[in-house]
Amino acid sequence: MHRSVPRFAASLAAAALVGSMPAPAAAQAPHPELGRNLAATCANCHGTGGVSAGVTASLAGTPKADLLAKMQDFKAGRRPGTIMPQLAKGYTDPQIESLAAWFAAQKAPQ
Amino acid sequence: MKTMRRDFLKVSGAAALAAALPGCATTGGGSAGRVVVVGGGYGGATAAKYLRMWSNGGVDVTLVEPNAQFVSCPISNLVLGGSKTIADVTVSYDNLVKRHGVKLVKDTAVGVDPDKRTVTLASGQVLAYDRLILSPGIDFMYEQLKVLESADAQARVLHSWKAGPQTVALRRQLEAMPNGGVYAVSIPVAPYRCPPGPYERACQVAWYFKQQKPKSKVLILDGNPDVTSKAGLFKKAWAEEYKGIVEYRPNHVLTDVDVRTLTAKFETSDDVKADVLNVLPPQRAGTIARAAGVVTANNRWCEVDFLSFESVKVKNVHVLGDAIQIAPGMPKSGHMANQHAKVCAAAVLELLAGRAPSPTPVLTNTCYSFITDKDVVHVASVHQYDADKKTMVAVAGAGGLSPGMSALEGTYAFAWAKNIWADTLA
Repeated sequence: MHRSVPRFAASLAAAALVGSMPAPAAAQAPHPELGRNLAATCANCHGTGGVSAGVTASLAGTPKADLLAKMQDFKAGRRPGTIMPQLAKGYTDPQIESLAAWFAAQKAPQ
Repeated sequence: MKTMRRDFLKVSGAAALAAALPGCATTGGGSAGRVVVVGGGYGGATAAKYLRMWSNGGVDVTLVEPNAQFVSCPISNLVLGGSKTIADVTVSYDNLVKRHGVKLVKDTAVGVDPDKRTVTLASGQVLAYDRLILSPGIDFMYEQLKVLESADAQARVLHSWKAGPQTVALRRQLEAMPNGGVYAVSIPVAPYRCPPGPYERACQVAWYFKQQKPKSKVLILDGNPDVTSKAGLFKKAWAEEYKGIVEYRPNHVLTDVDVRTLTAKFETSDDVKADVLNVLPPQRAGTIARAAGVVTANNRWCEVDFLSFESVKVKNVHVLGDAIQIAPGMPKSGHMANQHAKVCAAAVLELLAGRAPSPTPVLTNTCYSFITDKDVVHVASVHQYDADKKTMVAVAGAGGLSPGMSALEGTYAFAWAKNIWADTLA
């Protein structure tokens, strides 16, 4: 929770800069909370913030390269699974990059 | 729309700068905005939690919900089968209050004034809002089945399509039914809440009969021309796992019910008399949506801007969950409602700070159906925002079904329930 204070403030500042730029440039910049928002689509099965309450894997604190490799393997059909091979195909490569970076930046559950 | 967005961006520059001034972003007293959320189901509870969490307590959130506890529709068919109890699918609202600082008001919203930005509750209390989020679920269109309008009729011919006392009551009817009896379930023409739910229910009742009352029958009286979700998987289960127990009859649009004799009547087919008659009436957005003026599609559902889930008609009012007019391939499910809520919460925080919402929302759906008490099948999908079409589009090639039922997916289904309940309420 504590880490989200500077994050929230930083995103406000970033958004302020983006907002004062001409519209076309603003449209191309990734949204400051893109990683957080994308990661939230995983929370139904992997827990809020990637901290799982069940047998599903926790994602918080997973090294970015590991998560990236897993997602890309699911997406390419190289890694077997039930739902994940089907869901991974729905995300673009930049989106996978973005959510993997966000989970990697979170504290791993104890 | 384009002009509006450009103007909005110009304004948002100044607003964002103002918001970034020291002291404004981190105050906990609710100066960052007031949000009222109506409905504490998968959509509303998730929205309330995420608004508090993502604003670090900066946004004031009031959740209006008449029920004392959250009772999950997903997994509740297992209560009918007898492998779970209603307590197993009931979750407290306490964490929303204690952990997240959501103000919980146990009441029913009865009116909305979009000009004054106020919500009136049944008690007479009036709540002011900057943004209103309606997650009203569904209500039943008894005007199409007038015979079921009375409380007495509804107590005898149950819907059990809102988990809670009706779920327990239907289980009691099934327990009281003699071996050799007929349980019949009537399914309305789509769209309705939880497309695979009625077929899962048929499986769960059949599972119970197979264990306890093997001479009994499950009759599925479907208003649709075919099974609306996971058709192959369900039909296989009925032909194999529940051979001789489940019978599926398509094109059975219910027109009338004889409540005394438990007889269902149809547009074209013969009457069906049952020992336990379970009718899922046609559905529309929950009643408060009408009062708010956000029902825009077929006098039933609420069209929204998928970037923010704001009503296309009423400004500052957002709608989530089963009540919305869905884009193609987007089921009315609890999982989806939870996903709507997070997109909406993110967007509302941006809008309160005078900025545009993220232009690239993503939604997923994962829906598990229990064939037995532990064997499960799934359907999954991913939906990306299409800026040209201004709607959510199911990603081609992504998503899909289980190859067949498995106990492994049963394990995942229970883990899903645990996690989504925590994600929504803890």
